[in-house]
Amino acid sequence: MIPHQAIMNKAKDRKFERNPDLAPNADYHDLVDQLEKDGEWEVQRVPEPYIEVQTKFGRKKKIPLQTTWHHKSCGQCGHIPGYSTSVFWINRQLGLDYHDPTDQTSCTAWNYYASATSNAAAQSAVAMRNFAAADESGYFPIIHCGTSFGHYKETRQQLIHSEKLRHQVRDVLKMMGKKLVMPEEVVHYSEWIHAVRDKIAERQVIDMSKIRATIHPACHYHKLVGEDAIFAPEIYGGQRTAIITATLIALGIDVKDYSTWFDCCGFGFRHILVSRDFSRSFAVQRKIEVMKEEADPDILITHDTGCVTTLDQSQFAAKAHDRNVGLPVMSDSQLAALAMGAHPYKVLQLHWHSTDMKPFLQKIGIDTDKAWAEFEEAVAKLRSGEKQYLTWEDCDE
Amino acid sequence: MGLDLSGKQYRKVPYEEKEALLEEVKEDLRFGDYMYGCYDCGICVAACPSARFYDFSPRKIAQSVAREDVDLFYVFLNDSVWDCSQCFSCDRCPRQNSPGGLITLMREVAVKHGLASAQEALEGYGRVVYKIMSTGTQVSPDMLQANAFPDWGPHVKDIAENLDVWRKALPPETLHTTEASWKVDEKTLIELYLIWHATGVMDMIKEVDEGLFMILQDVMEERLEDAGYDVTFD
Ligand code: SF4
Ligand code: SF4
Repeated sequence: MIPHQAIMNKAKDRKFERNPDLAPNADYHDLVDQLEKDGEWEVQRVPEPYIEVQTKFGRKKKIPLQTTWHHKSCGQCGHIPGYSTSVFWINRQLGLDYHDPTDQTSCTAWNYYASATSNAAAQSAVAMRNFAAADESGYFPIIHCGTSFGHYKETRQQLIHSEKLRHQVRDVLKMMGKKLVMPEEVVHYSEWIHAVRDKIAERQVIDMSKIRATIHPACHYHKLVGEDAIFAPEIYGGQRTAIITATLIALGIDVKDYSTWFDCCGFGFRHILVSRDFSRSFAVQRKIEVMKEEADPDILITHDTGCVTTLDQSQFAAKAHDRNVGLPVMSDSQLAALAMGAHPYKVLQLHWHSTDMKPFLQKIGIDTDKAWAEFEEAVAKLRSGEKQYLTWEDCDE
Repeated sequence: MGLDLSGKQYRKVPYEEKEALLEEVKEDLRFGDYMYGCYDCGICVAACPSARFYDFSPRKIAQSVAREDVDLFYVFLNDSVWDCSQCFSCDRCPRQNSPGGLITLMREVAVKHGLASAQEALEGYGRVVYKIMSTGTQVSPDMLQANAFPDWGPHVKDIAENLDVWRKALPPETLHTTEASWKVDEKTLIELYLIWHATGVMDMIKEVDEGLFMILQDVMEERLEDAGYDVTFD
């Protein structure tokens, strides 16, 4: 007789554990450190205190708590400015030291993946110039854009494995008086949010337990050099990245699954700028409609510039074709800030988004008319010249 | 109409010319890490967003390169690579290839040689290249104009009309810009221009868009001269 019950009991105890020794490739930490020993570059260490998380093959990754150098994102700062504002706001609320630099350029990877008007040497030099600037400031880089994050990981691989490229980039940096410095870890801001999610939850003032959400993990976060993405045994049984999902669960949100979870958002880099019919069709038909039909969420949360842009902005035109759209989209940083009581317009800057946020905001008890009137009042002071800029203090009034 | 894989459309291009372009892709330092051969399994296609909406197949591209089918490679180099979304969903390839990475290399070669198909693919894209190369940030707030993004909704018009004041209504001081995504130091921009100069990127721009090259050359050379660098892009 088959011992069904014994087998079932055993299955209940079964837990997926990764063994880093069985990882299919070498650990980049060892390779980066070896090159430091060989005198090829310096390594900027993750400042203490840091939080350790687990990545795809069970290796450990250090996430800095503070003393962070915020490598901003073109698309976030340019078109969704509440995205990065929320990251800074959370840092301030948690009393953490950070630096918002002006000695920073874009990683230029959006353009590179769109137009290929660059090459490996230029892309690595741009990355290493930014890393050198971070090191000079004494703050540790934290990367806001998923594409910058993915591209910098790619760049790290190339620099590790090609002495020729390393020396070429070293010479370019030398010309401007900069050293070759590789950060010990390449860290995405959403990894920091993930790492501090319990601190965020401790300060949560808005109840989100009635909220159903779907998430979209950014391709350049977990597919590009995917070994360096956060995985956790308790999230999806350790079989998909835990990023965003773990944060939302910590905030008490019901995270719903859907069948096209792995699919891209349709951004396409060049498509979103010059062939948007593709981006719109893909975002609506493969993501938004599938989520609506299978999960009926109140909100869609993602963690990258291109994903927020595509999934948010693509729904308007689809309405004209009677498609099943109308799902508000924001970043995990905006949602986390909102949960901590951030102002929806002064901090989250939701008026830069296309989708209608009101039903969601009202469901969590926010008076949207009042909030908008407060923002308009602040703007009126800027228009009249009574105030020059909206300040952090104004946000918490 | 689907993609014509016969190669007839490029029969006038000498075989040696096509072969040299394939060799150039293979010589890139990243090639060995992007292409280990191909099982022809189609796993990349199953994950590929572009394959759902275009007559596009990373499997066929990988096969053409792995089998060194020069004529077929040339068809893809011209008529396929710009359909790729560069999402790297295909990095789940069981042979450890990166078809998306291979496509990046192919695009680079197409741009470097100023292929007509690359010029056509980048038409209308010049202002973005100009923005990133000259300001160090890519999509600036002032690009949000209703005529540029009519499909995004009426909020784009609101943003354009209120741009100056809404940028001032951002608490981070670095974001009070309209022509760049954030405030970038002059010294930082000079360093970026030195990178473009030292790595040959401006030569690539010259091949695909001479007009854009000249505008960028003017802006960069003047700034570099002011900063005390005697650098020319000719
Ligand atoms: S990178 Fe290109 S080929 Fe690969 S899955 Fe994405 S769209 Fe398809
Ligand atoms: S997944 Fe890899 S091996 Fe399979 S067809 Fe695509 S490139 Fe070839």
